[in-house]
Amino acid sequence: MEPFRRLEAIACPLPLASVDTDQIIPARFMKTPRSEGYGRFLLHDLRHDAEGRPTGALSLDDPTRAGARILVARRNFGAGSSREAAVYALVDYGIRCVIAPSFGDIFAANAANNGLLPAAVAEEDAERLLLALESGLAGLVVDLEAERIEGAGEAIAFSVDPVVRTKLLNGWDDLDLTLSRADAIAAFTAADAERRPWARPRG
Amino acid sequence: MPYPRSAPRTLFEKVWDQHVVASRDDGPDLLFIDRHLVHEGSHHAFAKLREKGLPVARPDLTFGVADHYVPTRNRSGGLADAGVRRMVDQLSENARAHGIRLFGLDDPRQGIVHVVGPEQGLTLPGLTIVCGDSHTSTHGAFGAMAFGIGASDVAHVLATQTLWQKRPRRMRIAFEGELMPGVGAKDMALSWIARLGADGARGHAIEYAGSAVRALSMEGRLTLCNLSIEGGGRLGMIAPDETTIRYLEGRPFAPTGDLFARAAEDWLALASDGSAAFDREIVLAAGEIAPVVTWGTSPEDALPITGETPDPGRMADEGRAAHAREALAYMGLVPGRPLTEIAVDRVFIGSCTNSRIEDLRAAAAVLAGRKARVPGLVSPGSSLVKRQAEEEGLDRIFVEAGLEWVESGCSMCVGMNGDIVAPGERCASTTNRNFKGRQGPGARTHLMSPAMVAAAAIEGRLADARPYLEGRI
Repeated sequence: MEPFRRLEAIACPLPLASVDTDQIIPARFMKTPRSEGYGRFLLHDLRHDAEGRPTGALSLDDPTRAGARILVARRNFGAGSSREAAVYALVDYGIRCVIAPSFGDIFAANAANNGLLPAAVAEEDAERLLLALESGLAGLVVDLEAERIEGAGEAIAFSVDPVVRTKLLNGWDDLDLTLSRADAIAAFTAADAERRPWARPRG
Repeated sequence: MPYPRSAPRTLFEKVWDQHVVASRDDGPDLLFIDRHLVHEGSHHAFAKLREKGLPVARPDLTFGVADHYVPTRNRSGGLADAGVRRMVDQLSENARAHGIRLFGLDDPRQGIVHVVGPEQGLTLPGLTIVCGDSHTSTHGAFGAMAFGIGASDVAHVLATQTLWQKRPRRMRIAFEGELMPGVGAKDMALSWIARLGADGARGHAIEYAGSAVRALSMEGRLTLCNLSIEGGGRLGMIAPDETTIRYLEGRPFAPTGDLFARAAEDWLALASDGSAAFDREIVLAAGEIAPVVTWGTSPEDALPITGETPDPGRMADEGRAAHAREALAYMGLVPGRPLTEIAVDRVFIGSCTNSRIEDLRAAAAVLAGRKARVPGLVSPGSSLVKRQAEEEGLDRIFVEAGLEWVESGCSMCVGMNGDIVAPGERCASTTNRNFKGRQGPGARTHLMSPAMVAAAAIEGRLADARPYLEGRI
């Protein structure tokens, strides 16, 4: 995974609360293999009418925001289902950072596993950013090392789980780290069979 | 290894501590996973495994269930929809290739993964259980630590049977007192979510406690824990007790004989110690809970059926008012009208939230001898629940009322298997999410208990189930 340190990019305001993963990617698109790309499904039903025509309702479709890599939203972004496809849709579209007052726990974990930064800011700071972007501000700078957002007047602090921060800064993949611990897993398994002999499924 | 410990601990901490394989200085623990449940949607994870050339570490602890994409009608003779067929076939192929036991489309035990696990005794107290589905929290009803994960983590568990996790904070939600007749676990869950918000339990492991929780059957406890994620909780748990142990005895994959006795002793010892500390505690009066329905597009948009649609103009918080305005517009509702005036187009009874035998009995108790004014679907939680319901004659009650009795699967809850609500249509539903478009593009969902859905079917509008249950429960 590509390490995430500092991102200077076009940002899109998404002034909605509880943008759940069903909205980020409607379920009917998830049969698609990832190799085909998920970017075109991002927030599909908020951006298209019933006939599939773009409505231009979201700033994502504003031509002056083309190439955006940052999204700013209201509280509880990514609530709901565990579908990692929601993160694929964001990442394949080009988004590398979502700024919001809070995130669904599973979404935040999935984001970290795909190099997407969930940056949590105070509710009033999210409102400030939304207002600045809606008033014409084009881009933001997200500095993960300093945990700071610049570009909308005074710098804004954000928070991120320290474990997620380390993972993103280094571009680590959990799986590679764990495979080197095979001995510890084997030792645990042996001891556990003594401690909890009932824990294995019968049959 | 932090096991065993002597300081007072919560149920959650006891189970967590028993699973720590390794700890990292910066916080997370590597947890051993006792059960891994996979479904059609797990294809991304199997693809990742292939990419890395890794085998499944513990096929003996991995179980496959076909539920999300399976149609609930016309299953024999091949699946008509090519996309759906590919999803179901892919799961069978991955299960076969890796030696994973599969409850596939033709298995008499097939059903929704969170119904099948408990039913088969795969779910046991004190286990860690993960699945690529947020409603995995359901299994916490047994005192298991169960949570949903994304595809990368599914691949991680397939390859290592472990997962790095940071310990969530501890939260206790206690329901004290006795529920009124006609009020159940669904009403309890929607009530706390309405009070604390859809992100109210974010970052927390919830323990449900109190006399009203202890009085719940396993079915009710499963419903309560199922909805933990709708309040933002990482997981929900209930301490194992005699109700738990009675349910598990004789289940196909549960231990037997002396091993079961030994297990039961271990399970009962998992309860939180009297002096154990929680980071957050909430107490609710069970007797004050009325049957609840949702009016908006988030599970926190819930009110007693005796109430009115909210008025955004009277909300102090601008963010919440904006959400309420937007939700009412999507739902086609106006502020300040009685909820019982809202006419529905169809009903749905099913999903991992409310499709177990007791749910079907509750809906049938309302519907027996009565007719539905609107069409609807009843999809039992598993093929075994379906058989039991038919033995009890519940299917006839639904069919005579005018509802459709179909096969088991995630059905009209997920909008990915052919069962959908048409754009603009309003559905009274026993499911877990009233998100925009969840039941199909443009669909309007009102969440409620099975008895309340049955009452809505009879009146063709949202209705209080209690009068219909008089003399019947």
